[in-house]
Amino acid sequence: MKANIFPLNKLSFKKSLRSLWPKGKLIVLVVVIANLSACSSLGVEPWERDLLAKKEMALTSSPIDAALDDHIYFSKEASSGGKSFGGGGCGCN
Amino acid sequence: MAEKVLVAVAVGVTNDMNKKVKDTITKTNKKINLKASLSLAASALLGTSVVTAPVSHAKDADEWQFDSAFLVYSEVDRVSATEAIIAGTKTFDNDEVLSLKLTVDALTGASANGAIAQPMAQTFTRPSGNGQYVTPAGETPLDDTFKDTRVQLNAQWAQPLSDNITGSVGGHLSKEYDYLSLGVNGNLAYDFNRNNSTISIGLSYFQDTFTPEGGIPKPLSSMLIGDSSAPDWDAEFAKTRIGDSDDKSTADILVGFTQVINRRMITAFNYSYSMVDGYLTDPFKVISVINFDGIAQDYIYENRPDSRVKQSTFMQTKYHFDESLLNTVADISYRYMWDDWDITSHTIDTRFTIPVGRASYIEPHIRFYQQGAADFYQPYIIDDQKSVDFVSADYRIGEMTAVTVGAKYGVVLNGGNELSFRIEYYRQMPTDAGFVDPNGLNGLDKYPVVEAVIAQVSYSF
Repeated sequence: MKANIFPLNKLSFKKSLRSLWPKGKLIVLVVVIANLSACSSLGVEPWERDLLAKKEMALTSSPIDAALDDHIYFSKEASSGGKSFGGGGCGCN
Repeated sequence: MAEKVLVAVAVGVTNDMNKKVKDTITKTNKKINLKASLSLAASALLGTSVVTAPVSHAKDADEWQFDSAFLVYSEVDRVSATEAIIAGTKTFDNDEVLSLKLTVDALTGASANGAIAQPMAQTFTRPSGNGQYVTPAGETPLDDTFKDTRVQLNAQWAQPLSDNITGSVGGHLSKEYDYLSLGVNGNLAYDFNRNNSTISIGLSYFQDTFTPEGGIPKPLSSMLIGDSSAPDWDAEFAKTRIGDSDDKSTADILVGFTQVINRRMITAFNYSYSMVDGYLTDPFKVISVINFDGIAQDYIYENRPDSRVKQSTFMQTKYHFDESLLNTVADISYRYMWDDWDITSHTIDTRFTIPVGRASYIEPHIRFYQQGAADFYQPYIIDDQKSVDFVSADYRIGEMTAVTVGAKYGVVLNGGNELSFRIEYYRQMPTDAGFVDPNGLNGLDKYPVVEAVIAQVSYSF
């Protein structure tokens, strides 16, 4: 067991790494890190936010409409939330 | 301030920040009597005073912004609801934002009780046990005693915790005649990459208590039908009940990531995990027990598991087109939801905000929704399959497709106040999840379509 936790040579180090990180997870991690680093090249400078600052470009441009819609669909369908919390709140479902 | 708008994902934070943009865009003096009264009322509630606030705060900070709306939701031959909302937001000195919201709604009309249509008239006992109602032959049984009034209060406080971190906390209270819901939530949002990227996490917890009139029915017990004025009726009805009230709790975790792509585009990704525990059965719903000819022999109260774990992923993109496409803003989102009841669902929501002239816009809206059935959903039970643990014939957890089509027209009035009108058509189309029906049900509508119209007027000031 100890050898796995504190590998003495390259081979056992690789093995222990593999056991700690199944291949699938490792790939996911690499993709996430790659995406995060790619994000750093995305975006705008503060003076380029003219369009993004408009009310209609806000992710929830009309919170009142969103609240009313959430209430309707929560009481009529089996799904809720996703964009915001989908928790309890009324006896309608 | 504009940068901050783009960095908040957690809903409380986002909503509050939206108001900030609004402050900057429409920071005109709006001296309206109604607004003055509401500001005073809100200040009185908070124990602060509008009048004594320092003059330097008079514009961006220390100004209440109000959004109000009145909505009518009306189903063809079924439920109709009216709902009124007023929400106030106040930005304080250090970018602290307080939001208060009051919602009142009233519900009347008929709702499907879960039983299936029959070639003959059917008699059901009301959930309260007081009296009966009769459904004509060939019609979907609807309980017409559906009536409720609800009052809901929400409060949310958001503030910067450091240069890059915004925090918010909120509370929720909702009271109906037969239902009480209390909730709290907390959110943290971290901005990085010149405020172009944001990671957020939110937690919420709700505790609900259901006290239905007539009490909680005994799961899978037969609905008592007969003369409700008979001397032994009350005692017999009580045998179908297991208590006066029951509880459920809901804990949600929401993790979000927002990214500004370029000057015209912003995207958001959310993952949410929701645990619901407690009484998840609908006390008003029954399921028909039919014989091999398809004729109802009995109606039993439904029974759902006492826990449900829901997960969902949500993606949204907003894009601001250029003049060649009239500066239209496209808002497209997709949600995939799955749970341990075997329900999966897809939701696609699209809106296009198209400016019309200098001060108005039109916003077409299309929403598509598709869900699979819960593993214990059945439209009815055939007599010899009666030994089930969990069963429900509620079409809302059955297989279904739904479509919403509508449009909104908004106009910015003098002084920056906005008036808007919205009208939408909502159509639910329940579908057969592969059940083979007895001949006696031929020609009956087992999966009736539900249609509704939604009309709304909003005013922001």
